[in-house]
Amino acid sequence: MAKLNLNRVEMPRQDPKLRGRNFNEVALGYSLDQAKEEASRCIQCPKRNCVDGCPVNVDIPDFIKALRDGDMPEAVRILKSTNALPGICGRVCPQETQCESTCSLAKKGAPIAIGRLERFVADWERANMPKASSPSPKPAPSGKKVAVVGSGPAGLTAAADLAKLGHGVTIFEALHVAGGVLMYGIPEFRLPKVIVQAEVDYVASLGVKIELDSVVGKLVTIDELLSNGYHAVFLGTGAGLPMFMNIPGENLNGIYSANEFLTRVNLMKAYRFPEYDTPVKIGKRVAVIGGGNVAMDSARCALRLGAKIVYIVYRRSEAEMPARREEAENAQEEGIQFKLLTNPKQFLGNEQNWVVGMECYEMELGEPDESGRPRPVVKPGSEFVIDVDEVVVALGTTPNPLIASTTPGLETTKRGTVVADEATGKTKKDKVWAGGDIVTGAATVISAMGAGKAAAADIDKFLRG
Amino acid sequence: MYKILLRQDLVPNIHLFKVEAPAVAEKAQPGQFVVIRIDERGERIPLTIADWDEKEGSVSIVFMEVGTTTRRLTLLKAGDYIANLVGPLGLPSHTEKFGTVVCAGGCYGIASIMPIARAMRQAGNKVISVIEARSKYLLFWEDELRRVSDQLIVTTGDGSYGAKGWVTEQLKEIIDAGDKVDLVVAVGCTYMMKLCAEMTRPLGIKTIVHLNPIMVDGTGMCGCCRVEVGGKTKFACVDGPEFDGHQVDWELLLARQTAYLDDEIRSLSEWECQVGIEG
Repeated sequence: MAKLNLNRVEMPRQDPKLRGRNFNEVALGYSLDQAKEEASRCIQCPKRNCVDGCPVNVDIPDFIKALRDGDMPEAVRILKSTNALPGICGRVCPQETQCESTCSLAKKGAPIAIGRLERFVADWERANMPKASSPSPKPAPSGKKVAVVGSGPAGLTAAADLAKLGHGVTIFEALHVAGGVLMYGIPEFRLPKVIVQAEVDYVASLGVKIELDSVVGKLVTIDELLSNGYHAVFLGTGAGLPMFMNIPGENLNGIYSANEFLTRVNLMKAYRFPEYDTPVKIGKRVAVIGGGNVAMDSARCALRLGAKIVYIVYRRSEAEMPARREEAENAQEEGIQFKLLTNPKQFLGNEQNWVVGMECYEMELGEPDESGRPRPVVKPGSEFVIDVDEVVVALGTTPNPLIASTTPGLETTKRGTVVADEATGKTKKDKVWAGGDIVTGAATVISAMGAGKAAAADIDKFLRG
Repeated sequence: MYKILLRQDLVPNIHLFKVEAPAVAEKAQPGQFVVIRIDERGERIPLTIADWDEKEGSVSIVFMEVGTTTRRLTLLKAGDYIANLVGPLGLPSHTEKFGTVVCAGGCYGIASIMPIARAMRQAGNKVISVIEARSKYLLFWEDELRRVSDQLIVTTGDGSYGAKGWVTEQLKEIIDAGDKVDLVVAVGCTYMMKLCAEMTRPLGIKTIVHLNPIMVDGTGMCGCCRVEVGGKTKFACVDGPEFDGHQVDWELLLARQTAYLDDEIRSLSEWECQVGIEG
């Protein structure tokens, strides 16, 4: 057996000093040679642990083999047979805790860079294969109709799989573009919107109809869909309701939810104001509250908009931060300052109702709480003030209650999530499935896709039953 | 894309578009709004549904020229399209038999109050509508309001038509005349609604207002439209837009409405330069 190659091929990235001032993609992707070199490190082990580590079970060794052998169209075919959104997954999946963590070379500290290879194959297809050259064989129509609510990762995946199985699928999307959090939440520099739209177009090319501007629960209810010709409904509406801290001063001008801040910047392209009509405040001293990926995204957007100082304010220590390590590192490289073990007590405003400061507590770590992480405890008398002129609250989101409140029979939890079977996504309501953040609360793109996939399989079984 | 079926210039700076949107027309109820976006570069703005026609499959929106988006809208005519129209959003007005209901409308709110007055009357109320404008030439929909009201009072700031003065003065006269008023519904600019609420507060007459903070998505996703009502934070887009006027923190609402004033001025002046309108 050949000697193991433990030299992971690094992916070129934009220089931190430059990229902190532009919205272009940070990671630049492999060249063909780099991709082949990385692919050739894969030892094609028979156990295929990486496939089990992937929530949608991509045939990882097979596509890597095709890539290594230079058969790019075959690599594309294998990848897309299980994953409709590879350009997105290759960029935003936390591979380090999924497929790459179960790679045989992970034990040696150098797992195959599966995400980078996935991204390379997806980008190669977009650049080299005109749409017509990759026709998917049209399945025999089943005569059944499925309504998919929400066009984020869960909805797109469920829709693609159901369409491939011959069902008539219509996606209902509340916003003016499809993609959900991939469009409004994740910034351009991490996930270019042309890539999201190319993958949405691919899903549409499978025969999926996408109805934009359609707020289910207002324009039409789930029960109306079911009585108007749809045989099943999949709910993939995500967790769209922002959480606030409920502390004094939170409604001052200049305090955003991360959802609003990112929606203005990403979806409405406020970073190109006034060429685009939607404005966003350009803060000089910005505090982003929270330690997840959304907090990192918000902080890095604020920096790119022109902030002088951007703080991440997080109540625990770096070890407990929920953000991907790579994203926290990217943020730090760009100059984002981490104020750890710090928690806001109240926001301070001026006479015009603009935020001018944030009074914070110092925190210390106590006994583990129900999440298993050490509980942050206030240090008495530790209050201090940070001068800020903009705050982004990135403390997480909960499902929008609109669907639950207009759908009798749909069971929800105290947290507002929809109760659904873990393996199949089946809800307590007849003919209704759900998956993604609406079931789990805010989680990852790929876990939502996994749930969409599982639900699609179960819906197919039901429709053929 | 949503086709503009009809354009009416109601007064020099307030216009009506009837837009083809059959699904929205089928579901629209009094007090609800739509969010529109003109084109790829446009912002999302909320506009009250002033009327709807289920048979024709249309909704009517009435807007006042204030910023770039509404100025850009005025360049459109019947047959043109707007990129997006989503709705009906927000909770419908709560209508039941209260007794005597005063429906007060000012400015663009004259259009918004009409379907509410109509629904209030259908619910068996005695509806007294009061509409105000700065001057006669800024007044519209007098006939529409008269048709859906038991009594219509018109008032102008300069006295050029109807009574001289504002809605609040007429409201006071109605109350002083001994009419028992069970409910006031006020829709218009924030000051007008605030003044109505302050007028009725000491009298204990319940006063419903329709708040108009800045919004982005209009579906509860962003929290831009946060208002404080009874000391609690509410999202006007999903918890409202209808609220108890006596509970609203008006100063906060007014302050939040000005958050982008500088940007709005910049946007408008750059747009005017581009299209060659003399500023």
